[in-house]
Amino acid sequence: MRFGIVVFPGSNCDEDALYAARDVFGQDAEYLWHKDADLKGADVLILPGGFAHGDYLRTGAMARFSPIMAPVRAFAERGGPVLGICNGFQILLEAGLLPGAMLRNRGLKYRCEHVYLRVEQTDTPFTSAATAGQVLKMPIGHGEGNYFAPPEMLKTIEANHQVVLRYTDPQGRVDEAWSPNGSVNAIAALCNDARNVVGMMPHPERACEALLGGVDGRVIFDSIVRSPKGFALQGIGRRLQPSQTA
Amino acid sequence: MRARVFVTLKKSVFDPQGRTIVDALQSLGYQDVVDVRQGKYFELDLATTERAHAEKLAAEVADKVLANPVIESYRIEVD
Repeated sequence: MRFGIVVFPGSNCDEDALYAARDVFGQDAEYLWHKDADLKGADVLILPGGFAHGDYLRTGAMARFSPIMAPVRAFAERGGPVLGICNGFQILLEAGLLPGAMLRNRGLKYRCEHVYLRVEQTDTPFTSAATAGQVLKMPIGHGEGNYFAPPEMLKTIEANHQVVLRYTDPQGRVDEAWSPNGSVNAIAALCNDARNVVGMMPHPERACEALLGGVDGRVIFDSIVRSPKGFALQGIGRRLQPSQTA
Repeated sequence: MRARVFVTLKKSVFDPQGRTIVDALQSLGYQDVVDVRQGKYFELDLATTERAHAEKLAAEVADKVLANPVIESYRIEVD
């Protein structure tokens, strides 16, 4: 499987994502610069964490105008698997590939710590190797991860089972005290209606080796790399004609 | 012409910065300040002398870039 790691000016988790895909999971992986016009045959895309274009206006606000976002959008609309991590999640929201928006963390502080997450949905390409209700421990590092959707939008998101991960206590119970940012309905990860685009605030690429403090992030990569659904997706980037991704 | 764009979080959206500021003001004794909403202010210098065009341009920029319609609303003044 071939990973495309999208690099914006200001991305800073691109190397971590490439390392996880290539060195930990033994997959092909390549950087895609934000000014590139094509996806170089990627089967799966990762929009990594960081501060794309500096995040000066709003987090992720300018990245959606980068040239690479046109083929990213076409890839997503054709069912290609796209994972936005942290700033990548914020970019997917601003680009309208996922519903809702991010606000400053409830406590206004940048939170850099491990959190507990409950797996809500396993029918996405990035959670298919997990079990529903499984509790994962992963690191976060963000100042704007307070997910918000207006009431009607939130109702649709919940009705469509688009919440992929929620912040919980270590036993998997939703508890306001264990939410690092005040996200509505404790939402930590979200997918689109078609389920191929997933955004998550926690960093699975930083939780793939015991040496780095935990391996709970592996299940996200295992899902896309090793699950039957992951294999079904293999080659999707190469099957797209260049004209379809331009 | 010059356009001034005021972007604020919608009334229905919790504003953690505004909340922190109003708490600070009240702790300083300003009990009559009952709420604060923090926002962003943009001044746009526009290469046009037509008010209608300036208003249209500023609204387009605000819609597409300066404000996120999911959480924010904006107000424009042109002169």
